[in-house]
Amino acid sequence: MALLSIHHYLTTYLVFGAMLFSLGVYGLVTRKTLIGMLIAAELMLAGVSINFMAFNRFLAPDPSVGQIFTLFIMAIAAAEAAIGLSIVVAVYRHYKTVDAEELINLKG
Amino acid sequence: MTPVPPPALFSADGMVGLIFLVMIGVTLFGGFIAATAERLVRALSGIVICFTGVAGFYYFLNSPFMAMMQILIYVGAICVTISFAIMLAAPEEKIKSSPSNMLSGPFGFMIAALIFGGMTALALTTEWQVNAKTASGSVREIGIHLLTTYSMIFELISIVLLIAIIGSIVIARGGRN
Repeated sequence: MALLSIHHYLTTYLVFGAMLFSLGVYGLVTRKTLIGMLIAAELMLAGVSINFMAFNRFLAPDPSVGQIFTLFIMAIAAAEAAIGLSIVVAVYRHYKTVDAEELINLKG
Repeated sequence: MTPVPPPALFSADGMVGLIFLVMIGVTLFGGFIAATAERLVRALSGIVICFTGVAGFYYFLNSPFMAMMQILIYVGAICVTISFAIMLAAPEEKIKSSPSNMLSGPFGFMIAALIFGGMTALALTTEWQVNAKTASGSVREIGIHLLTTYSMIFELISIVLLIAIIGSIVIARGGRN
């Protein structure tokens, strides 16, 4: 029953953060629509935040610094989502699609 | 790190461990849906599940404050914004037979697997140095830090958010007749 005590170890959280991050990378390179890419990017940010919080809990001398860092990541993610989605809406109005492969105005 | 003796299943610690395992499963399930689902609405539901699970992780990492913020900001604000964008801008995602780019096949999976393997190997092999705690990391301390040590960044974040709000209004409004 050693699995029941894994939440006491730093490595569990690091591996889990890496898992979320690579799921986000996979989504980012396979998605075709801009909104899907944005969702995958949020997944990557969640993985990074878990890493910060895990180091904060287990290693940092002052455990409030990592929480403040994660709070700032959340604020930046909110700003990024707002800007990104407004760009998506503007792109949709202009091209009538959000498929990343059809936005080819700049293609030579 | 000192090993912790594994608890019995039917004790308080064992139940906590079981909840943690279930949470890992649910969060990964949500993340998997978010990364691979065909329809965007399903991907959005997946990421809501995943973010709620991440909030549970923050709770396990001694930070109920961040768990609350995670649910408030990510689930309550960002996911709702994305759902609005899906309603406004993304109709049916057409399943086309157009030749997909070279990253979307097994190559993309290989990239993600390589990143995961590399980071896992790094996490498993590094000797992490544990420092003695000098503070408790309570909400009170976070507040004091935010208004003293990190007050400059705090103000900058507010300005960034303000500019993002104004900018998104300006961008999304242009081209409307």
